[in-house]
Amino acid sequence: MAQTYPRHSGEQTASLKPARKRSGGRAVPYLFLFPWIFGFLVFTLGPLLFSLIISFFDWPIVGQVHFIGFGNYAAMFTDDPLFWKSFGVTIKFAALFVPLNIAVALGLALLLNQNTRGTAFFRTAFYLPSVISGVALAMIWSWVYSGDYGILNYFLSLVGVQGPDWLNDKHWSLAAMVIASLWGQGSMMLIFLAGLKGIPKDIYESASIDGAGKLRQFASITIPMLSPTILFNLITSIIAAFQQLTLALLLTGGGPLKSTYFYAMYMYENAFKYFKMGYSAANAWFMFLIVLVLTLAVFKTSEAWVFYEGEMKRKTPGRRRAS
Amino acid sequence: MKKLPVYAMLFLCSLLFIAPLFWAVTTALKSQTELYLFPPKWIPSVWKFGNFAEAWTSQPFNLFLKNTLAVTALSTLGQLVSCALVAYGFARFTFKGRDFLFLVVLATMMIPWEVTMIPQYMEFNYLGWINTLKPLIVPSWFGSAYFIFLLRQFILTIPRELDEAATIDGASKLGIFRKIIVPLMGPSLILVAVFQMMNCWNDYLGPLIFLNDQSQYTLTLGLAQFKGMYGVDMQSIMAVTCLISILPLVVFFLAQRYIVGGIAGTGIKG
Repeated sequence: MAQTYPRHSGEQTASLKPARKRSGGRAVPYLFLFPWIFGFLVFTLGPLLFSLIISFFDWPIVGQVHFIGFGNYAAMFTDDPLFWKSFGVTIKFAALFVPLNIAVALGLALLLNQNTRGTAFFRTAFYLPSVISGVALAMIWSWVYSGDYGILNYFLSLVGVQGPDWLNDKHWSLAAMVIASLWGQGSMMLIFLAGLKGIPKDIYESASIDGAGKLRQFASITIPMLSPTILFNLITSIIAAFQQLTLALLLTGGGPLKSTYFYAMYMYENAFKYFKMGYSAANAWFMFLIVLVLTLAVFKTSEAWVFYEGEMKRKTPGRRRAS
Repeated sequence: MKKLPVYAMLFLCSLLFIAPLFWAVTTALKSQTELYLFPPKWIPSVWKFGNFAEAWTSQPFNLFLKNTLAVTALSTLGQLVSCALVAYGFARFTFKGRDFLFLVVLATMMIPWEVTMIPQYMEFNYLGWINTLKPLIVPSWFGSAYFIFLLRQFILTIPRELDEAATIDGASKLGIFRKIIVPLMGPSLILVAVFQMMNCWNDYLGPLIFLNDQSQYTLTLGLAQFKGMYGVDMQSIMAVTCLISILPLVVFFLAQRYIVGGIAGTGIKG
């Protein structure tokens, strides 16, 4: 078990020294990977297998534990309308959130990359919400979304729109969740910005000498050069969408009429409200598989559109390097 | 002035991001009577700075602050050391099972925390770590998939010619890592440090699960406690929100030039 103190990852690197010179020693890469391998076994794989095991049990928090085979999974698909409801809500949320999140983060990063004055100020402004804790964020948004004295509806009233009672109207509650989630996209914007800064200027220069317009440059240089970053943000967005929990927990509690009852919340409630540990573990495993399939699909397509530039020889996107 | 549309867009967007925060700050300074006005009052007529001290002392927030600082500092350090080593291992070595292992790293990112939460809880319970800060710190010393992925993507953009030159000069793999990769990774490491700090500082579910006694609480738990309290008002919540946002804000201000500057300088000079 994890009795060893984590600092020994330092000792590990120390023991690398006398091992070999140059690229000899087959164990070397594994030594670099050691911290992760150890952590994976102790904090991820172990618990993961255990949760898989309990998903085949009727496992209340207190009382008798029964082996029920695929009973939990069968119950989920056949006689639990909440399962389908929450799954649908999450899919809807992801379909809205993922593309918008990428678009907003990339759009803001592009704006910041225009060499304007006051970039530091604007960058900070866009990142500010990401600094705020989830609890506080929820508080602020519940205040902003308020139908009677919220500033969102105040702004809408300025342009002559009668805003809805966001969090209490089942037609708008999910949209409210998406907006509140987009507000915290700061990290993604920074990653895009870092990627944009990494694109050498001379490529753009030679492209404009060749007569490529701004739009052409964006499509033929910016997007391919950013593709690893886009891939990264796309995958993390998908995962974030499926794991959305804190905001709903604190803002709507899943309501109104289950319109923001996310799958993660369904899982959470099965575990901590109804104490059905086995059932909740089965829910979790199903979600894990869905996200895995989606991610693998994204990765498979990425072969075609992601371009790793380890050595830049030509402007045209080449084949992906093997390593 | 052909940049005018860009400025207009920047201003409009920043307004969208800042307005609710600005409102949170002014709410913290409002008196009870001005809380529920429509149209909202942006600037309080009386500035009640006393709200801050009052909200902060209504719970032992100094203690929560100490706990939060300990968790944040230790776990950020652990994350930097472990993730950089592992990312280097993935980016610069060809070995049996590498691609499979990397896929596993990515896969762990997709594991909903809820899946491993209950068994993890039992594990920490077995070690006697429940209701201590250890469950929030120790796992960080073994790397997190998100940061490993991020740093690997950065290392891949560093030309291998630099490694090769260093190898010819007789540098070991660890020497290359220390003298070439880490210095060039500087900005991305700061990025990781900033992200991890925000994660820790703002983590709510983790402390909620692993901590029981108020003596161990972090700031977010303290803030969330306001929710269940009787007769707590919006300005107290907003006051604490503002106060606990100061430190991450300062860190971000200090770090932002590293984050953005210098990433372009990853050794690729045309």
